[in-house]
Amino acid sequence: MKLITAIIRPFKLDEVREALTEVGVSGITVTEVKGFGRQKGHTELYRGAEYVVDFLPKLKVECAVAEASLEAALEALANAARTGKVGDGKIFVQSLERTVRIRTGELDDDAL
Amino acid sequence: MNTIDPITVTSTKEGNHAVMHSQMDPRLRGDDSKLPAADNAAARQHAIATFRKPRLAGLAALLALATPALAFAQDAAAAAAPVANKGDVAWLLVCAALVIFMTLPGLALFYGGLVRSKNVLSVLIQTLIVFSLVAILWALYGYSLAFTPGNAFIGGFDRVFAKGLDATAMGATFTKGVYIPELVFFVFQGAFACITCALIIGAFAERVKFAGVLLFTVLWFTFAYTPMAHMVWFFPGPDAFTSNEAVPGVLAQSGFLFARGALDFAGGTVVHINAAIAGLVGSYVIGKRVGYGREAIKPHNLTQTMVGASILWVGWFGFNAGSALEANAVAAQAFVNTFLATAAAVLGWTAVEWLSKGKPSMLGAASGAVAGLVAITPAAGFVGLCGAIIIGALAGAVCLWGVNGLKRLLGADDALDVFGVHGVGGILGALLTGVFASPALGGAGIWDYVTETALPEYSIASQVWIQLQGVLVTVVVSGVVALVAFLIVKYTVGLRVSEESEREGLDITSHGESAYEN
Repeated sequence: MKLITAIIRPFKLDEVREALTEVGVSGITVTEVKGFGRQKGHTELYRGAEYVVDFLPKLKVECAVAEASLEAALEALANAARTGKVGDGKIFVQSLERTVRIRTGELDDDAL
Repeated sequence: MNTIDPITVTSTKEGNHAVMHSQMDPRLRGDDSKLPAADNAAARQHAIATFRKPRLAGLAALLALATPALAFAQDAAAAAAPVANKGDVAWLLVCAALVIFMTLPGLALFYGGLVRSKNVLSVLIQTLIVFSLVAILWALYGYSLAFTPGNAFIGGFDRVFAKGLDATAMGATFTKGVYIPELVFFVFQGAFACITCALIIGAFAERVKFAGVLLFTVLWFTFAYTPMAHMVWFFPGPDAFTSNEAVPGVLAQSGFLFARGALDFAGGTVVHINAAIAGLVGSYVIGKRVGYGREAIKPHNLTQTMVGASILWVGWFGFNAGSALEANAVAAQAFVNTFLATAAAVLGWTAVEWLSKGKPSMLGAASGAVAGLVAITPAAGFVGLCGAIIIGALAGAVCLWGVNGLKRLLGADDALDVFGVHGVGGILGALLTGVFASPALGGAGIWDYVTETALPEYSIASQVWIQLQGVLVTVVVSGVVALVAFLIVKYTVGLRVSEESEREGLDITSHGESAYEN
């Protein structure tokens, strides 16, 4: 099992959800986050006061997938989240040791 | 149309008389005993504020000896019992409500949107409490100190505790023989006192101690606002100008700046420069906000600020046009000037900001509107439409500098730019009033109360010098009083909250509530 963590542009969420659903991912978790990467922030000017906004709002999408579905899920996610401009985000993949479905007690692949 | 074309003024005045008599309430006509007798009335007329100055009246005496028209005016004034024109009363009551609306909620929202969300309630309650406190002080002694006879710098105690201030008391306007109930004048001017004191809180917002605001307001209102209002606006009323020989005596009883001939239609010095200097001094004494210049201290809701600025604009029609004290052509002039100067200032600020900073901001446009309103205030009834547009456009551009270059130069954390907008705009407006009041530039010129006409002579240079004196007197009076008052507050109840409280926000730490979830 693998845990996919993707940082994406907020407005891409719907496309990412649809693409993941199509390749069989049955659930995702979304968190509003702020951060920085290669995409620069912007400046805001309030009368005489200028502020550089370094941290931009992004969404963190997490989903757990079986080894067999990993490549399909990564491809779907990347295609859906891509605009081709700096700031599209990143995808991280980690190994997942255990998964438990709380309601039934099912384990690992059965619980995905 | 030149609003003080002598022919127009005369005919309007006589027209008013005819209307007043034909429409007089029968009950009043049948119960003359309730009205003050003419002799008493003269004594009771608490000379009411003014803007038009009689500086050159003495000169007029030499030029145009006594005229039959003058004698007629005297007879008419002596014969007529002071009866208010219902149109004037209705108009001025609406104006008073509009000025109150400027503070609550106009100024409160304008300021509230500019602070961080953790401090918005503190600014709202400060606006509300200062307004309420000053309203009561106005009745207790403020009105008396500002608008009753005293010396050149402060009034007397005739109206302390609202003594004699009832529905029968009549006050003067700017036209001989035209009166308004003194209660109308009282509440209209009271609303000015309230907004002036409320303006100051923008300078020390987000770190001031609530009790400190209260004590400062009492001190500054008493020792800076009331004398300034008296110095600029108090005079014994137009009826006192019976002849050219009477002028020096009348001026001797008038406020210091009125007698010098300073022009301030609706409060550029008394309200805006006065409040701005107090705010600037306050921002020095209290010190910068924690994190100022290092952390992002951003407005939390510019929608509120836009709503507040718009309400200020609407309310300002009452503030400026109402300062004519009559529902007449001068009021219309002030109204239209308030309409145009503000629009020009929005364009002026936005254009310069767009060119110099790259983007035209909403906050800039809204700030431009306020800057234009401030700048046209002293000029409102004195200048023509083109003069108003030029004053507004310049105010927009210059006040943008006021909140940028000048602010950095001053080095004070004037949180909501009270000085940058109201001080810079007020000073600019006061000086430009001296320029554009010139009849040669479409202005109204100098009003001679003796003949009730505008004088043909006008010197821009000497008027601007007089305007500058008005500005300097205001800066000194407000600056000194504010400094002493802030130091008294600092060493008694305290001026500033603890750093911990400031970081958490005044809403929670000073008032035990928060505006929004999260």
